[in-house]
Amino acid sequence: MSTRAPATDLPIRFSEVAILAGGVTVLDCISITFSAGAPTVLIGPNGSGKTTLLRAAMGLIRPARGRITWDGSEVSPPTRRAIMFQRPVMLRRSAAANIGYALAAAGAPRAERAKRTAGLLSLVGLQALAGRPARQLSGGEQQRLSLARALARDPAVLFLDEPTASLDPAATKAIEDIVRAVSTRGIKVVMATHDLGEAKRLAGEIVLLHRGRIIESGPAHSLFAAPTTDEAKKFIAGELLV
Amino acid sequence: MPENASALHLVLTGDPTLFAIVRLSLIVSLSATFIAALIGVPLGALIALTRFRGREPVIVMLNALMGLPPVVAGLAVYLMLSRSGPLGSWGLLFTPLAMVIAQTVLVTPIIAALARQTIEDLWLEYREEFAAMGVGPLRRVRTLIWDARFSLLTALLAGFGRAAAEVGAIIIVGGNILGFTRTMTTTIALETSKGNLPLAIGLGIVLMFIVMLISTLAWGARRAGERFSG
Repeated sequence: MSTRAPATDLPIRFSEVAILAGGVTVLDCISITFSAGAPTVLIGPNGSGKTTLLRAAMGLIRPARGRITWDGSEVSPPTRRAIMFQRPVMLRRSAAANIGYALAAAGAPRAERAKRTAGLLSLVGLQALAGRPARQLSGGEQQRLSLARALARDPAVLFLDEPTASLDPAATKAIEDIVRAVSTRGIKVVMATHDLGEAKRLAGEIVLLHRGRIIESGPAHSLFAAPTTDEAKKFIAGELLV
Repeated sequence: MPENASALHLVLTGDPTLFAIVRLSLIVSLSATFIAALIGVPLGALIALTRFRGREPVIVMLNALMGLPPVVAGLAVYLMLSRSGPLGSWGLLFTPLAMVIAQTVLVTPIIAALARQTIEDLWLEYREEFAAMGVGPLRRVRTLIWDARFSLLTALLAGFGRAAAEVGAIIIVGGNILGFTRTMTTTIALETSKGNLPLAIGLGIVLMFIVMLISTLAWGARRAGERFSG
């Protein structure tokens, strides 16, 4: 991973976007812009559309209505974007080979791969486990490896879907430290989480989703301090949004 | 029983007749498995990774052909290679090559069907990560075949086991000619009917040893896969 000047692909702009799945509207009338800067955190209950929004922003899902543009263009191969799924799938090879594979897929020169693999393993604290089959790593280690694999693409924008779900506090802290580190280096992080505490710790901006719509969005400190909608007030107060 | 003692003696002393038969059997079955793998693995991968009209009937047919009766396969190859058949002019009937062809017909659907299932399962697991990593089509196929290699090896061993143990197809197209097309299974059938039990039992012991060896190798392949690849 390298420190870089402002990213390409940004801003990512959603204009009146609707996404359907099996005839059901998963996202409806979404208009939002992701710009360079501090992490944007998507919060909301299960089924609110966080994952779908991340996938659409990554370019893995096409909208049924509306437009998504990356730096003004509707067609943008995801060469400068990377995503870490909630349940990442490890390839059947070692931890180091998983990263080497992502580097090869991203077109990294063969001569650079070993050095970059070592650097990424070190960044996520897995250098001692480089040779271990990736599927034999613990849940937290697999999440970190998945993050390293995403970073192997040298992304300008990094999408993280519930990266700490079901991890213990130590593993959660390890992931959050990496997220802060990559954000500091200029990578735009867009992340979905259930965990309000995590959102408070990491977010520069917050987007609250409910039933496929954006309920409220804005700077994290003001949204947490003074939510304006009833749904946001309830969610931030820890009440159930159903 | 004296037959058992004589059979063991044949095996342990390396009886030349017995081992010539074993050698021919292994050459025929290994050749058939090799050719079936060259056809079956790419065919299975193609069906697993492409979507086309009639794909599901093709999969059902392929799975059904795993149970193709050897005598039917033998009959089909016989009709192709017999003097009046479309390939009769090649003069292959009652040769080891005809037996290789018949066993290839039997084994290819087994390898193709198992490879299709294996690669498709892995593809369903990997496809989102492939999309996220921007992996191109050729690299995807290479990765899937490589990552599924231990399961595919098990499929090849299953195919070889089927080839080595079958008798119906090769007796029809090979003719069971002494010293030329006589294999372990056809010899066992013939010698048993003649009452020459020591040779039949000796070959049975060798055949069982091979079957057990295949099972052990298949188990070892899976264990190695779990250990080295996860």
